[in-house]
Amino acid sequence: MIPSFTHSIRGAVWLRWALLGAALSFVPAVRAQIKVGDPFPTLQSADLDGARPDTKGKVLLVDFWASWCNPCRASFPAYGRIYSDFSARGLALVAVSVDKVPADYAAFVRKMAPPFATVRDIGQKLVRVVQVPSMPTSYLVGRDGRVRFIHEGFHSDGTEGEIRKEIEELLGEKAAPQP
Amino acid sequence: MKTRCIAVLTLASLAIGLGGCASAKAVRVQPWERATLADYMMRPDRDPLGTQMDEHIYFSREAAAGGRGVGGSGCGCN
Repeated sequence: MIPSFTHSIRGAVWLRWALLGAALSFVPAVRAQIKVGDPFPTLQSADLDGARPDTKGKVLLVDFWASWCNPCRASFPAYGRIYSDFSARGLALVAVSVDKVPADYAAFVRKMAPPFATVRDIGQKLVRVVQVPSMPTSYLVGRDGRVRFIHEGFHSDGTEGEIRKEIEELLGEKAAPQP
Repeated sequence: MKTRCIAVLTLASLAIGLGGCASAKAVRVQPWERATLADYMMRPDRDPLGTQMDEHIYFSREAAAGGRGVGGSGCGCN
């Protein structure tokens, strides 16, 4: 017989700890998902493949996409139109690819030829920090560097219009010092 | 005492084992990791002849046609 279980009280304590551990393991892992109001990670320090535009003092739209994601493909022409309409007024747009294969990323960009900046998230590090809830997901970041709006997925019937309204709202705000 | 000891050990083993099964992190494929799931080979309707045969079997057995599955691949986008 195991000595630690010869005493019923000690056995009960051990059981209590085991049950507590099991109960804790049922609690889902805490994910630091970026939400509205959170500061968005700086793109300049992220491990990205590709040239990043100057985003200081600008309204920033960050779109996470992948070459294998069909809604992402549908979103690119819309983001192109948005960029063309608002870039002169202070909008920066960066499309971050989560593709693991550089050739897939390059082929997609070559085919779509977007007017905005595209980069590849090397090792999918940035997307792990941001914890995007679905593909694609776009983040509208105010001039203060904080996330103001999040769009999960891209729906051709309404997403572009919503983003346009939100950009107008953010561009209309006064510039604030970055955190 | 021996029975109690066995009961304690069994309960504790069950609790720990089932707790391990509940770890969501171990099984969840993140949205950005679904490139393989989105591959054409993962589509259930990639073989038109096979799909037609399945439809025929379904129709023969259930006296109903259509309403099977949804379009797109398995990336779970949008």
